[in-house]
Amino acid sequence: MALLSPPPLRPLTRLRPPAGRSGEEGLNRRGSLQPRDPRGPKRSTLVALLLAGATLVTLDQTPALAPVRDLADDVFGPAESAVSAVARPLTGLPGWFDSRGKLKDRVSGLEAENAELRQKLHATDFGRNRLEEYEGLTQSAENLGYSLVPARVVAYGPAQSFTRTVTIDAGSEAGISADMTVVSADGLVGRVLRVSRTTATVLLIVDADSVVGGRVGDSMQVGFVHGSGVIARKSGLDLELVDQSVAPVKGEEVVTWGNGQAAPYVSGVPIGRVTGVFASVRDSSRTVRVQPYVDFGALDVVGVVVPAGTHGDRAVIESDGSLG
Amino acid sequence: MTWPTSTALRNVIAVALVVLALLLQVSVFSAFAWDGVVPDLVLLVVVAGALARGGQFGMVLGFAAGVLLDLAPPADHTAGRWAIALLLVGYVAGLVRPDRREGRLGDRLPAMTVMATVAGCSFVGTSVFALTGLLLHEGSDIGPMLEVVGISLAWDLLLTPFVVPWAMVLLRRLEPERARV
Repeated sequence: MALLSPPPLRPLTRLRPPAGRSGEEGLNRRGSLQPRDPRGPKRSTLVALLLAGATLVTLDQTPALAPVRDLADDVFGPAESAVSAVARPLTGLPGWFDSRGKLKDRVSGLEAENAELRQKLHATDFGRNRLEEYEGLTQSAENLGYSLVPARVVAYGPAQSFTRTVTIDAGSEAGISADMTVVSADGLVGRVLRVSRTTATVLLIVDADSVVGGRVGDSMQVGFVHGSGVIARKSGLDLELVDQSVAPVKGEEVVTWGNGQAAPYVSGVPIGRVTGVFASVRDSSRTVRVQPYVDFGALDVVGVVVPAGTHGDRAVIESDGSLG
Repeated sequence: MTWPTSTALRNVIAVALVVLALLLQVSVFSAFAWDGVVPDLVLLVVVAGALARGGQFGMVLGFAAGVLLDLAPPADHTAGRWAIALLLVGYVAGLVRPDRREGRLGDRLPAMTVMATVAGCSFVGTSVFALTGLLLHEGSDIGPMLEVVGISLAWDLLLTPFVVPWAMVLLRRLEPERARV
């Protein structure tokens, strides 16, 4: 026994790769020893980071990440405002081409207005567009009877994230808080999800998770307007009526309902127009397709509905059209 | 060792590149979006990082970039979803490496290899993000999801020649010489 014990250990140790190089070599597919890329992905790091990601997902089910998100808002919000302001002449280009294209269609159809439209087209410059947008906002403040804080959209959530959110460049300093209604000159845009000091994140009504109380203008029937999650204008919104026996007519207007004060949506804001009614035989329900008035692909100036008499870091458009 | 950079500085610059890509993605390219789908600049930077500096770096960069995408303002989905998706993107891109006989590691990749890597990574990244959304009951149906995956793949391939080579050059120049051999 004493003779056997030391020698057999030697061959065993020789089979193992020398210490310190164990991570650099591996067997390849053909079974031969091949040096491993020292910068290649390590499985241990992959697993560790995957677990870290899963931890983040779990943590976000609780309010634990709220301070981190606030910090990110404070850092990235102003940066997005700055980048958006710098790039505005560039990002304004598609809208310009778009309106030009539309104008061209009309010009071909309406020969009589041709000259006038052309004149308009040439006169259209960036500043005038902005002025018109603010004028439109003032008009909608008067029509709706609410005070509005004007703001610009500075960042869009990419469609790859499957949520429809935007960042606006007005925050708690402008008197904005969570669950306020956001409108544009055309109609309802969405509601404020959370605010930082100078920016706010807005959930658009086309988001798949968005539900808005809607009322069909003529019949006063109430229902719920769901977003489709798709930003393209034609895909629109779905209205689910509480009373399934009523069928709205194509072209009827849908507005928000509420008591006028309650969050998140104030009442009487136009949402869109009924474009079609689809009955499902299977569950005997009826879906009403609504086309939103707002073009969610080209949002720029929006207004946040605030209580009258709000004071902040910018002028508030009061409900009588004056600046407060 | 002619390029006197510390590891910390190199990582700071890599993160700065990601932040720049993120800001351009949400604030500038959103104006040129196709049905709301914008080019995944952050994903392209992560792919470039993994191709230039290896999968280990790619994974860490992808995770960090994903966390930023999850938290930066317009984002409202569950945090960690982009982190997981871009981490896998870094891993997949890190598996691609040039033939050693051709020369130094990662020095010259054929353009087609880069394009194929970007295509695969774009598909993996967007799909993984969409799938985690399905698991967490966030986001939309499968149909629009596939559409978004397809459009973003086209966008990413379109932008690859303008982003990936430059990002790779920038990231590789920041690398100490001895690690390149």
